[in-house]
Amino acid sequence: MKKYVIIGNSAAAIGAVQGIRSVDTEGMITVISDEPYHTYSRPLISYWLEGKVVDEKIYYREPDFYEKNNVMTMFGVRATAIGGGYVTLDNGGKVAYDKLLIATGSKPFVPPMKGLDTVDYFTFMNWDSAKAIKEKVKENTKVLIIGAGLIGLKAAEALYHLNADITVVDLADRILPSILDVRAGQIMQKHIEDKGTKIILGASVEEFSGNTAKLTNGDTVDFEILIVAVGVRPNTELVADAGGKVEKGIVTDLQQQTTIPDVYAAGDCTLSHDSSSDSEKILALLPNAFMQGEIAGKNMAGQMCLYLNAIPMNAIGFYGLHIITAGSYEGEEYVTEDAEKERYKKLIFKDGKLKGFILMGDVDRAGIYTSIIREQIPLSDVDVELLKDHPQMMLFGKARRDEKLAGKIG
Amino acid sequence: MKKVYVNEEWCLACHLCEYYCAAANSGAENMIKAFANGNKPIPRIRVEEGSKINFAVQCRHCDDPICVKSCITGALSKKDGIISCDETRCVGCYTCVLTCPYGCIVTSENSKVIQKCDLCLKNNNGDPACVKGCPNKAIVLEER
Repeated sequence: MKKYVIIGNSAAAIGAVQGIRSVDTEGMITVISDEPYHTYSRPLISYWLEGKVVDEKIYYREPDFYEKNNVMTMFGVRATAIGGGYVTLDNGGKVAYDKLLIATGSKPFVPPMKGLDTVDYFTFMNWDSAKAIKEKVKENTKVLIIGAGLIGLKAAEALYHLNADITVVDLADRILPSILDVRAGQIMQKHIEDKGTKIILGASVEEFSGNTAKLTNGDTVDFEILIVAVGVRPNTELVADAGGKVEKGIVTDLQQQTTIPDVYAAGDCTLSHDSSSDSEKILALLPNAFMQGEIAGKNMAGQMCLYLNAIPMNAIGFYGLHIITAGSYEGEEYVTEDAEKERYKKLIFKDGKLKGFILMGDVDRAGIYTSIIREQIPLSDVDVELLKDHPQMMLFGKARRDEKLAGKIG
Repeated sequence: MKKVYVNEEWCLACHLCEYYCAAANSGAENMIKAFANGNKPIPRIRVEEGSKINFAVQCRHCDDPICVKSCITGALSKKDGIISCDETRCVGCYTCVLTCPYGCIVTSENSKVIQKCDLCLKNNNGDPACVKGCPNKAIVLEER
């Protein structure tokens, strides 16, 4: 009987459990996590903080998930080293493995800031951080968030619903640069500012003194809660310390195997191949983590399969305005905009293919675009005018549509 | 496993399937009540009209469903061949809208959560309403 060990308990780990069990119903699976919780959905912490999701609904899988899949759990313990067929734990214990998955995710990056050591601050990456913030926040609590990216603005949205007084500061000259272009960023920024959240761009904290932040642009911001959401770093130490190859993230092959025999990696701690830009990237997004974990699990259980067609893709909303984006933004652009209705669409074409898109406001049927990018369908095979107009199955030729929908009788 | 298929050649683009679907999933006992008082229940099937051809599209209940794998909350699941959404767990993030290759996850401004075809499993309609209502038998439920 094979012994599988998974370090981590989020999307990639759960994907791996499901992947292993689709191949091997007998082997022993152990999940090790330093958090004391049943698997929960990390992106839901902002919904939990705002009160939209209760404790019972933050869980990523049903309460009997581990029993049903015959998984042994070791929660509240940290893996400190791997090697020689064992995982070493911080409680002194050792767990033997035949196949090991590193699904350790990422951690907040907190840059050095003068005086930061003199103030209490929070990050916003896990349930505990959301719980700590919730204990402190009241109506009109002054909150300063450093970072106008996905995490910082999702925290801002939750706190807006709790009627906090929010200021977001970012060194960049625009918000959400990882998923939006300049114009879409402007529309979203206005949308958020119109709701009463202050956004200060092109500035960073020069110094914290007491509960005041002095900014590089001369402004001062008083705060009762400080959240640092500048960025994240992958948790790669276990693999690096064991001699495995690590670049910006853990390096794996397409079967998700690291350079260490019998050790696999998946999720936010790993590098993925972005097929839309043909480059290696950390694709820190939940669907990627789950699907990568599932592929890792199947390979660990002996079913050879490859993780292909990964691309950056995000569906997220802020203060009620939805965004769906995918792919790479380098190429010829087609843009339509209705700023009054907060609608924006950008399609990016390159090498005779759709490579990326940004949809804001009207995100209906965006997955048709996503599939065209992932499947690398040439524009010569689709009706480009229909594609530009809106995502629809009509844009495919009859043969491809028949193949996709099996629409023909007989 | 039976699935709903649409024969393009026979679709009249009458949109009746959309009305039957919307009414069946509205919770109202009949179409008149479903659309009463300016209510506009949302269909989970959608007719696309072209210059020469028309067809309806709804969830394909994929063998390897990327919407289920992508769901950030675990609200989407597949059981007995049917993909359905636990609306108490959906937060309306639209990651399934991002990934569904057929554009079959339905959103609306009046609903915070997504809606999708579950072959009329939850609405006590019996056979899918779109199949029953199609006047030209372009929509069928069959094994292929």
